[in-house]
Amino acid sequence: MEIRMEYYLIISTIMLFAGIYGFFTRRNLLAVLISVELMLNSVDINFAVFNRYLFPEAMEGFFFALFAIGVSAAETAVAIAIIINIYRNIRNIQVKKLGTMKH
Amino acid sequence: MDFTNFLHMKEELSLIAVMVILLLYDVFGSTRSQRHFQLIACILFGLHTIINILPHEASEAFGGMYVYKPMLTIVKSILNIGTLIVFMQAHTWLESEKTVIRRGEFYFLTLSTLLGMYFMMSAGNFLLFFIGLETASIPMAALAAFDKYKRKSAEAGAKYILSAVFASALSLYGISLIYGTTGTLYFDDVASKVTGNPLQIMAFVFFVVGMFFKISLVPFHLWTADVYEGAPTSVTSYLSVISKGSAVFVLMTLLMKVFPNIATEWKAILYGITIVTITIANLFAIRQKNLKRFLAFSSISQAGYIMLGVISANALGMTSLVYYVLVYMASNLGAFGVISVIEQKTGKVMMDDYNGLYKTHPYLSMAMTFSLFSLAGIPPFAGFFSKFFIFAAAASQGYYLLVLIALLNTVISLYYYLLVVKAMFINPSDEPLAPFRSDNYTRISLVVCIAGVLLLGIFSVIYQQISLFSFGM
Repeated sequence: MEIRMEYYLIISTIMLFAGIYGFFTRRNLLAVLISVELMLNSVDINFAVFNRYLFPEAMEGFFFALFAIGVSAAETAVAIAIIINIYRNIRNIQVKKLGTMKH
Repeated sequence: MDFTNFLHMKEELSLIAVMVILLLYDVFGSTRSQRHFQLIACILFGLHTIINILPHEASEAFGGMYVYKPMLTIVKSILNIGTLIVFMQAHTWLESEKTVIRRGEFYFLTLSTLLGMYFMMSAGNFLLFFIGLETASIPMAALAAFDKYKRKSAEAGAKYILSAVFASALSLYGISLIYGTTGTLYFDDVASKVTGNPLQIMAFVFFVVGMFFKISLVPFHLWTADVYEGAPTSVTSYLSVISKGSAVFVLMTLLMKVFPNIATEWKAILYGITIVTITIANLFAIRQKNLKRFLAFSSISQAGYIMLGVISANALGMTSLVYYVLVYMASNLGAFGVISVIEQKTGKVMMDDYNGLYKTHPYLSMAMTFSLFSLAGIPPFAGFFSKFFIFAAAASQGYYLLVLIALLNTVISLYYYLLVVKAMFINPSDEPLAPFRSDNYTRISLVVCIAGVLLLGIFSVIYQQISLFSFGM
């Protein structure tokens, strides 16, 4: 039995909005980063599903998903490096500790 | 494989050559030969600027993935000159004891963001556009966190990378829906298949919100002030001029090239965003005491003015947009150059520290005044002409109310720019900043900026040259 395309899209939409929710509510920088990764991964699902179900004659969507995975890995690496640097500076990675510039 | 395709990418290739040479020089050059690193970097990059300053005819490479238009040479040259000025202003900071060891990295990271912007502007496909966008923003986060041992810099880096990833995730989601509804990623093919059904409008909104984040228009501007304050000053000026200028140009070409069929919708979105951006940024700028933060809000409101060129979406709008970016670059880099050199020599960035600056630093305060007057748009300076052209472009499309609101806002902006001028010239101070000698690099860069501020408006040939290459919807 073939699984219909809509089910994949529902999953990816839920992932996107869970990511947005997490981005705004999490209190730990790593958790914020995980939320953002969730958003990026929902996009990969979308591309793969659209390509597989709607436009199977070309590979554009798969390639875009591959590149998106690679780029998001680079982003995560830089973000984690910056978070480690924050930890070295203030021994803490809670979001509320990052408010020294509020005026 | 046909390698002649690469010959169309002259700008990118010469930039990559500069990057590789500087990287090898930084890694393998002996300590003694590296004393002139800064000079050689500036000369190499200057050469790259000069080689690529003349536009050639329009072409396409890699099956439409990479698109070249003569206008791109103009914009890329403007970005090159701005980057060169930033390099010169960064001299004092890069030669300071703590940063000198990481000097080469600064150049490599800055040039990689520039390469990303090149690709972003020349893209003919959403894939190349996305890769360029990310190449422009990931090294930028590393640059914002460049002062490793400063807490504020680390905070700025974290805020930048998380907001940038969030924005690009939203953009990507939009692109995925656009792909789902049209079945292609090439700009030309997408343009003919966008019909304006609700799903496409939603996709468009997701996509454009990501771009608004990068340009920092108002509902999406919350990262700007903190990143601008925390990042090293040279990085801030790069971020506020080069990064913003390229993103604005890309937004305009994308809206005109890919979404002409839903022009009424995106014009309505931009209309609201422009009003909110200019007004709120101006009101927040009034209460800032830190000059870097102050210029952050000023740059948000300038981005709002630039949107007037985008909304008009014709050749006049593009000319005035590129001209505005050029003038904005000269004025903003002038202001940042003064702030940067004073911060390096004395460590002061608050507005109160500038009280009585004229007594000890007449030239620096004059440079700052000219730049701020140009940003505010006072007649003899270039800022007046750029504002005039951009208002004319919006008015030519019938946006009279929008232009009126923008005009009223220039009065508010004049108030807060004059606050700084008043601090420098009128406010008394018991102990003004001690006199110091600024280095030659900073001097040359400030002279160039001030010459730009004074002459760009008067020599109409520049505006005409830009208008020769601009195109509309």
